[in-house]
Amino acid sequence: MNSRETILARIRANLGKPSGEPEEQELIAVSEYLNVHPSGPLPEGEWGDLTERFKARAKALGSTVDEVASMAEIPDAIRRYLDANALPNAVVCWPEFEMLPWRNAGIAFNVRPVEDKDPIGITGAFCAIAETGTLMLLSNAATRAITSLLPETHIAILNTARICKGMEEAWNLLRVERGKVPRAVNFISGPSRTADIEQTIVIGAHGPFRVHVILVSLAST
Amino acid sequence: MQIASMHFKANASVKLKDSTLQKAMLKAKGKFVDGRAAAIQELGNFEEIREAGKSIRNRVLENLDVWLLRFEQEATARGAIVHWAQTGEEVNRIVLDIARQHDVKKVIKSKSMVSEECALNPALESAGIQVVETDLGEYILQLAHEPPSHIIAPAVHKTREEVADLFVAAHHTERKTDAAALAHEAREVLRPHFLDADMGISGANFLIAETGSTVVVSNEGNGRMVTTLPRVHVAITGVEKVVPTLEDFSTLLRLLTRSATGQPISNYVSLTTGTRSVDDPEGPEYFHIILVDSGRTKLLGTELQPALRCIRCGACMNHCPVYQNVGGHAYGWVYPGPIGSVLTPAYVGIENALDLPQAATLCNECGVVCPVKIPLPDLMRVLREKQFEGGMRPWAERLSMKAWRWAALHPRIYALLTQTGAKFLKILGGREKMLHKLPGLDGWTDGRDMPAPAGETFRAAYVRHKRKAG
Repeated sequence: MNSRETILARIRANLGKPSGEPEEQELIAVSEYLNVHPSGPLPEGEWGDLTERFKARAKALGSTVDEVASMAEIPDAIRRYLDANALPNAVVCWPEFEMLPWRNAGIAFNVRPVEDKDPIGITGAFCAIAETGTLMLLSNAATRAITSLLPETHIAILNTARICKGMEEAWNLLRVERGKVPRAVNFISGPSRTADIEQTIVIGAHGPFRVHVILVSLAST
Repeated sequence: MQIASMHFKANASVKLKDSTLQKAMLKAKGKFVDGRAAAIQELGNFEEIREAGKSIRNRVLENLDVWLLRFEQEATARGAIVHWAQTGEEVNRIVLDIARQHDVKKVIKSKSMVSEECALNPALESAGIQVVETDLGEYILQLAHEPPSHIIAPAVHKTREEVADLFVAAHHTERKTDAAALAHEAREVLRPHFLDADMGISGANFLIAETGSTVVVSNEGNGRMVTTLPRVHVAITGVEKVVPTLEDFSTLLRLLTRSATGQPISNYVSLTTGTRSVDDPEGPEYFHIILVDSGRTKLLGTELQPALRCIRCGACMNHCPVYQNVGGHAYGWVYPGPIGSVLTPAYVGIENALDLPQAATLCNECGVVCPVKIPLPDLMRVLREKQFEGGMRPWAERLSMKAWRWAALHPRIYALLTQTGAKFLKILGGREKMLHKLPGLDGWTDGRDMPAPAGETFRAAYVRHKRKAG
C-alpha cells in the first residue's frame, strides 16, 4: 500500500467504518451537504446601512475611504489623494479603468501588470464585505492579483451596490456570476501589517503601506 | 524538529529565571488577552458561532476520508498535484523530489508549523537549497537559529533589542531599535527574495473540499507573495485541516482571527485554487499540495479525537497561566501551551512528553476560550491516566498515590493521619504561620511559600459544629 492508501485505510479503521472504498451512502451524504452548503450564524446586532458599515469597518482596519458620484470623477479624486499624501503621480491600473478621463486629471497612467517599483496600483473589486470592511478580489488576466500586492499604495474602486453583508453573500454572488472559484480569491482588509516585534503594530510589512477605497454609488454610474 | 519535551521541568525552571523572556511574555499577555476579549464581545453571539464551528469540525472528522477524497478530486481537477505523507521524513522526501524536478535553487517560505514538525528547512539546506523564511517573526528566528515559541507569534519571546542585534549582524546596517524601522528593514531585505525565488512553500489554514482550494490567512502579505510569485508552489498541511464548504470556512474564519489576535479578520485571507492558465497568467505553473498524517489519524476514534478540531488560533496558550510564565520553548516541540500538551504526547509518543500533561493547573481557562470547544483539561486528564496506567510516572509519585488511595479507603486511619498532619504543619508554620520548606516536597516549596494549616481538619471542625448545633 502507498501512503495515500495507508492513511485512508487507517482513517476508516479508526473511525470504525468498514474497510475499502467509501460506501454509497457516505458519498451521498457528502454530496448532499455540498449541494446545500448551509450558512452559519452571522454576527448579531444592528447592521444598519451596509455602505456605512463597510466604511466604518474599513477605516477601523487602517484603510482610507473616499466617495464619488460617478466613474468620471474618479481620476480627480485620485489626484487629490496623491497630492494630499505627497505620492508620486504614476499609477498602474486594471484594463477596466483604461477609459476613465485620466489625462484631464493630469495623471500619468499605465495599463499593464505592475512591476516591483511601481508606486501605485489601482484595482476594482468583485465585491466587498460590510461585516469586516473587506475587499474581495478575483484573479484573471484582466484583474491581476499583484496590482494590489507589490506597490506601496493600493487604490481600490468599489461600486457600493456590490457591498455584501458577510462572506456567505459573496460566495453566493460568486456561484451565480462565475460558477467556480478563480485561481486566486484575495480578501483584503487594510494595509499590510506585522506585530512580530514586541506586539507593536507596524504598517507596511510586505504588502502595501496604504489602502485607499473609492466608493462609487450605483445611482449615478 | 528535535523533541525536547521530556525536559519540560528543567527547561521551565530556566525560563522562569530568564528576565528577558519574562519581560517579553508580560508584554504579550495583556495584548492577546484583552484583544480577544474585546473582539468576542463585539461579535455578540460568540457562543452560537462557536457551537457552529465545533459541529463543522466534528462533521469533517466523522467522515474524514470522504472529505479528503473530495478535496483531492476537486484540487486535481484544477491542476494541483496532491501528495500524501505518513511522516515528516516522507514530507521532506516529497519536497526534495519536487525541488529537484524543477531545478530549484531558492525557496521562500511563509509560516508553516507542519514544516517545523518535519524539520524541513535543514533537509532542504543539506541538499544545497537556500531557504528564506519571510514571515517577520520566522525570519528573526531563522537569523537566531531558534525554533518558534508560539504558533501565531513565533518570535514572541524576543525583545526589540535582541532583534536589533540580529539585524546588525545579518544586514550590516546601522543599529535600529524602533519596531517600525526594523520591520521596514526586513521588508527591503526580503523583497528581492520574493521576486527571484524558484519555489514558494506555505502551510494552509484550511483546505476547502467543495472547491479544492488551500487557504492562507496572514497579516504581512508574505503569504500572498509566496503563493503567487514563484513558478512552483508547495502547500504543506495536516489531513485534519479540510472543511466542507466556502460557508463553513467563513464561519471558522470568524472564530479564528478574533480568537488569535482579536482582529475581526486578518489583513489577507487568500484562497488559491489550481495553477496559472491562459485566462489567468499569474501564479505558479506547478501547484503541489502535501497532506500530512504524522500522528494525526491515530487520534481518530479515541478520547483524544476532539483535539483534531483545533484551528491553531493560539488562544489556549495566550490564556494559560503556565504558558504565560514559561513561554513556548519550555514545552520542547512545535505546539506549546495546552493544545501542545495534548498534541505532543499524542503525535510523538506519550513516553517522549511525560511532563506535558502535568504542565497545567487544570484551571480550564483554555477550555473556556477555545473557539471550537476542545475540552483541553479533560484531554490532559486522559493522558495523565494513560501515563499512570502505563506505569510511566516516577515510583515515588505512584507509591504515594497508592498510599493515599489505601488511606482514603480507611476513614478512621485517614482521620488520624490528617489530624496529626494538620497539627504538625501548624507547629512547623510557627508564629509566621507560613511554611517555607517541606521535607520531601522541594518541588512545591522551592518556588513558593505555603500558608500553614489552622491545625484542625475540616472533618473535625464539621463534627464540632454539629455537636454545638445539636
